[in-house]
Amino acid sequence: MLELRSLDAGYGSFQALFGINLDVKAGEAVGVIGPNGAGKTTLMRVISGLIRPGKGTITMEGRDVVATPSHRIVDLGIAHVPENRRLFPRLTVDDNLKMGAYMPGARAKYAERLEFVFDLFPRMKERRSQMAGTMSGGEQQMCAIGRALMSDPKLLLLDEPSAGLAPVVVQQVFELVKRIRSGGLTVLIVEQNVQQVLKVVDRAYLLEAGTIRASGTSEEMMKTDTIKQAYLGV
Amino acid sequence: MQAFLDIFDIYLLEAVVNGILLGGVLALLALGLNLIFGVIDVTWICYAELVMIGMYGMYYMVQVFGLPYWVAAPFAILLVAALGAALHYIVIAPLLTAPPINQLLATGGVLFILQSFATVAFGIDFRNLGIRLPVLAIGEMHFSYSRLLAFIAALLGMLAVYFFMTRTYTGTAIRAISQDRQIMSLMGVDTKRIYLITSALGGALAGLAACLLVLQYDVHPFVGLSFGPITFLICVLGGLGNFVGGFIAAFVFAEIISLGGLFSDLEWGYVLAFAFFIVMMFIRPAGLLARRS
Ligand SMILES: Nc1ncnc2c1ncn2[C@@H]1O[C@H](COP(=O)(O)OP(=O)(O)OP(=O)(O)O)[C@@H](O)[C@H]1O
Ligand SMILES: [Mg+2]
Repeated sequence: MLELRSLDAGYGSFQALFGINLDVKAGEAVGVIGPNGAGKTTLMRVISGLIRPGKGTITMEGRDVVATPSHRIVDLGIAHVPENRRLFPRLTVDDNLKMGAYMPGARAKYAERLEFVFDLFPRMKERRSQMAGTMSGGEQQMCAIGRALMSDPKLLLLDEPSAGLAPVVVQQVFELVKRIRSGGLTVLIVEQNVQQVLKVVDRAYLLEAGTIRASGTSEEMMKTDTIKQAYLGV
Repeated sequence: MQAFLDIFDIYLLEAVVNGILLGGVLALLALGLNLIFGVIDVTWICYAELVMIGMYGMYYMVQVFGLPYWVAAPFAILLVAALGAALHYIVIAPLLTAPPINQLLATGGVLFILQSFATVAFGIDFRNLGIRLPVLAIGEMHFSYSRLLAFIAALLGMLAVYFFMTRTYTGTAIRAISQDRQIMSLMGVDTKRIYLITSALGGALAGLAACLLVLQYDVHPFVGLSFGPITFLICVLGGLGNFVGGFIAAFVFAEIISLGGLFSDLEWGYVLAFAFFIVMMFIRPAGLLARRS
């Protein structure tokens, strides 16, 4: 579904990603793990068009993502839940969700998508007229994921959905990822919470200093010595 | 003594009502400026000059080409909306990331260009539509229909903006973009297009104000100076970019001007309004309803 080939990206003269090759197949859940500053967020940003790559190619179902204007990439079926959620704090939950359905294709399905999101997060239905910025961290994360789901994506990019949440809520977020997957959605997820994320994904990539250091199925990754020592603490 | 009080009350009531009527138009002017500031984060110093161009547009369409007022008004609104979009496209867009002072200087430059253009193109004569609307007499009080009309039209205009901003996808995007510009593309929003639409909307509000003001005031190249400064004061007092604050501040100022004018000339009303503003800036520097920090 998604293919990245020898991709370079960065900010101005600073290069953050070096020759990334990465694949996500339809129906898969793929994790990206790595230390702070490794370039995980940059990777997500370059896929969704928030920053444009220096070199390399990105294709989504055979279509060239790099040649697509950034505000049209969501139309290719890619929805990005950014790091730190980035809700519109002074818009209501309803309006935040509405923004997720901004593209003409999504507007036509608005009512149906809203029902889907409210099914997934009954809490959002209770909070629909509350300002997004006044909700709890966990609620905000639900709203951010809901907003991304409003566009009826094929591929969901999640950047550290569990960051800053209490352990119980973290558990809920991972449960949710499982549920979203079972609905047939393809997921690419960045996480610091390595132990947890390896339980919900099929495969994972280890990103360090802007390059892919290792990749494999979750079981393989859990058995890799470097990952065991550095990320699983065993 | 009783007779004196009766007369005084009537004048007072008349002044209060006239203040409310004036407040409507001032609120409309403030809304346009606040919209641009709140969404694009630039101040159109030349805002009142856009109104002036719109007033000339009305003058030429009605007086020179003989169009009925009702036919000319939509064209004037469209004209100033196009002017607002052009202002954004030509002047603001290239300066979006420039320091605020450069943006101020650029729109200040446009102010002088528009004034000079009007002087050269239209001359310095005072002109009007030659339409004199009757005066409504309620008991001892007198209200001009042009003011009543302006008030109602201004309220309807603001109501239309409210529904546009809250009910449509584009309006919601306009509100969202001021809160997080960077991630708008993730929603599929083309920020350049939204800025252009916002500028056109700000222009359209100036155009509507022009249609209403030209019923009450003569137009000349420097007419912008009569209501430009007061519009800025209203926006600052209400908290720049704060729509509700601007709305309230417009009526506060209008009442001060109107009631101040009761005791002596209308010019003294303005002086009082400016003095009030200076005092308020010491008490509440961030505006009546302090905006987000
Ligand atoms: N807007 C930016 N401008 C300049 N450099 C940036 C910017 N954003 C990130 N970087 C740099 O790019 C590198 C990769 O950052 P990135 O945010 O992708 O890391 P990350 O793996 O997501 O880290 P974390 O786990 O802390 O979120 C870092 O060295 C960072 O300093
Ligand atoms: Mg990150």
